[in-house]
Amino acid sequence: MRGILSAAGYVPFRRLRRSAVPELLGTGGGKGTRSVASHDEDTTTMGLEAARLALGSVPAAAPSALWFSTPAPAYADKTNATAIHAALRLPAEVAAFDLGGGLRSGPGALTAALSAAGSTLVVLADQRDGLPGGPDESFGGDAAACFLVGEDGPGAPVIAEMVGSASATDEFTDRWRSPGERRSKVWEERFGETRYLPLGRDAWSRALKAAAVEAGDVNRVVVTSMHGRAAKAVAAKLGVGEGAVVDDFSATVGQAGAAHPGLVLASVLEQARPGETIALVHLADGADVMVLRTTEAIGTWTSVRPVAEQVENGGDLPYGKFLSWRGMLNPEPPRRPEPLRVQSPPAWRAEDWKFAFVGSKDRSSGAIHLPPSRVSMQGGAVDDMEPISLAGTPGTIATFTIDRIAYSPSPPIVFAVVDFDGGGRYPVELTDVDADDLKIGDRVEMTFRRLYSADGIHDYFWKARPIRARRG
Amino acid sequence: MASHGIKDRVAIIGMGCTPFGEHWDKDVDDLIVDASMDAFSSAGVTKDDVDAYWIGTATSGSSGMTLARPLQIQGKPVTRVENFCATGSEALRAAAYAVASGAYDMAMAVGAEKLKDGGYQGIASPKPAGDGTARTLTAAAMYSMIVPAYAKKYGLDEDQVMDVLAAIATKNHANGAVNPRAQFKKAVSKQTVLSAPRLAGRLGVFDCAGVADGAAAAIVVRAEDALGYTDKPLYIKAFAVSTGTGSGLIDPDYDYTHFPECEAAANDAYAQAGVTDPRHQLAMAEVHDCFTPTEMVLMEDLGFAARGTAWKEELAGTFDRDGELPVNPDGGLKSFGHPVGASGLRMVFECWLQLRKEATPERQITTDRTLALTHNLGGYPGEMVSLVSILGSELG
Repeated sequence: MRGILSAAGYVPFRRLRRSAVPELLGTGGGKGTRSVASHDEDTTTMGLEAARLALGSVPAAAPSALWFSTPAPAYADKTNATAIHAALRLPAEVAAFDLGGGLRSGPGALTAALSAAGSTLVVLADQRDGLPGGPDESFGGDAAACFLVGEDGPGAPVIAEMVGSASATDEFTDRWRSPGERRSKVWEERFGETRYLPLGRDAWSRALKAAAVEAGDVNRVVVTSMHGRAAKAVAAKLGVGEGAVVDDFSATVGQAGAAHPGLVLASVLEQARPGETIALVHLADGADVMVLRTTEAIGTWTSVRPVAEQVENGGDLPYGKFLSWRGMLNPEPPRRPEPLRVQSPPAWRAEDWKFAFVGSKDRSSGAIHLPPSRVSMQGGAVDDMEPISLAGTPGTIATFTIDRIAYSPSPPIVFAVVDFDGGGRYPVELTDVDADDLKIGDRVEMTFRRLYSADGIHDYFWKARPIRARRG
Repeated sequence: MASHGIKDRVAIIGMGCTPFGEHWDKDVDDLIVDASMDAFSSAGVTKDDVDAYWIGTATSGSSGMTLARPLQIQGKPVTRVENFCATGSEALRAAAYAVASGAYDMAMAVGAEKLKDGGYQGIASPKPAGDGTARTLTAAAMYSMIVPAYAKKYGLDEDQVMDVLAAIATKNHANGAVNPRAQFKKAVSKQTVLSAPRLAGRLGVFDCAGVADGAAAAIVVRAEDALGYTDKPLYIKAFAVSTGTGSGLIDPDYDYTHFPECEAAANDAYAQAGVTDPRHQLAMAEVHDCFTPTEMVLMEDLGFAARGTAWKEELAGTFDRDGELPVNPDGGLKSFGHPVGASGLRMVFECWLQLRKEATPERQITTDRTLALTHNLGGYPGEMVSLVSILGSELG
């Protein structure tokens, strides 16, 4: 049996209150919040966070391929999946591909993996932008999701199998964006709505037929689309029981484009019991429907950090910061030199350190070296170290400071000396943090971030962030 | 194997030091010529009398030509040295060791730095990004971590520590206010220090040394030849360098309340010079007060105060110019700014003036002690180089 072996969603910490938009602009905004990727996050880093969570539930799993799909890639030409591959320390023989581009690509990647062979890690991420005051700015969201798809096995059993699927494809211009631009444009809403309604009903009925289930038998339905009116209209016509259409996080996260169906589906799987029928409907340049059935194994599968918990654990972001993070406002930077581009050969030589936070541990003294060292700081042993990754190890703040004059894409820099559980210390920048709330002794965990970009090269490395959510 | 030192084998016979500050109208060559000419004239020699030269500069030039070109030194060995903020002192150490070895009769050390042309606040030297994982924090932020750590270790609250740091800034600014060579010749009140804008952690503008241009120079000969040039030579009693491995940054036992490199350099220097009770044997000390918490911690690392008591001693005025052991009587980095390659020799210049009783009367320290200490540190808590020198106006 082939199916989903694990799943996870990632919602960045920051939230923009939609009501903050008219407070500044006098117009726009709305009710609720949207999620906002930090200034040091992009689709690659968010995708990695989702992948770490998904693999965290099935530590025995060994993916044979990594597929990364986003409409907002950090790089063109250069494959983005390789950074995720490096950060996960996957073996070289694991292929890593980007599966491009449109809003339909997320569920497309998941469907393709479910009908492929081998164990495939499907990573979806999206970051939605819009002009200030516009609906995309307020009702878009940033998020990622990850699914491990493969054959049923003892270390990682199938928790949900696909029992039917269908697509309805049509060529029409509803929402579009030129490559490299951050702002999307949309045609008059009614046109898209009248296209999506029949496409959605068509795909829905064929998927149910393929799965041999009636609409009333579906326990939970996920309906996602950047076209909010179409999603509502299609959801209302599915014929499912009352309460079967699940909360799509529109009020809290916003619609995270190609990643959004994955995010909501992961959340549904986190709550589902064995034997449930779950359907996913995604409307983008057509309609794609998947019908899944959960297995007995879902009863013992646990999420490392449920989506619902991440949705709860957001921190407010002032609208001005949001605008500057999105490049819509250019505040005066610190008067310090901007960093130079990362050098390719040193970054490659330091791949495990830079991408996976792997240091070295002296076999004789046990001293942990971050970054790795050939000669031990205790006892002086030479070339007698083993690699040790502290990416997943929590730590405690020994002391910290705030640097108001150093260069940062979003000053000030909050910086702490972190002592890791079980040994090892590293002085590191903090992120997703409100400095006023910080204390010596606070608990932190490592997170993969984009420090800055120069000459189009992104500097990926690790930061620490406060541990807020419960760990399973 | 041991650190033997060169006690009483080499003497300084002449020195020069430019005013430190914003020398918009001078480039590094001008500063080098000014300090060198003053040193030649102070020693009563010319460049032709000097057999070998060392130039210390961190960023204002590469190679010995940084000195050979502006002075037009022809056919002589001229070498550039660099060791973070100990750079100027390293130039003097190299010159003194060269004379002590017997290789040369007379050597000269020049330290110079031109920082104000950079266009940025603080010391900004963009480096290649490498793998992109190096810390980008400012020195101010790294040193600011001493404040909560020291407070916690010794049971103080952070406001108490800030009050001590303000006392240090006030003391050093008061010393600089009467020093014609200082960059900031103005006393500041504790209130001004405490209410200044914060730069990093709890450190404000007045907790940080400024950025300045400057140069200083010294000429050395064998001790037995010194009286042929001056009645009042300064004898070199000790030079000690301790270079850290950087492991303090990743050592969970390091607590940000002391600098092991400074303690090691001081202990080596005291052993070389035969100093057993620095607080009561030294006439004065010039220490590397790049940030106010640095001076507080150094009082303990250098053995001037017992662990956990430097804060009390600073408040009690022990290290004031008229205190038991004057520290930074010239105003320190606080008043002079920190032209990296020049600072170490600027400190030696203050010892030169004070031990020879040549400081202006209003700032001349009164003491019958004959030893002075200079100290540099370069780098950050957990990863630094430190240099301690001891000089004396008498042999033995």
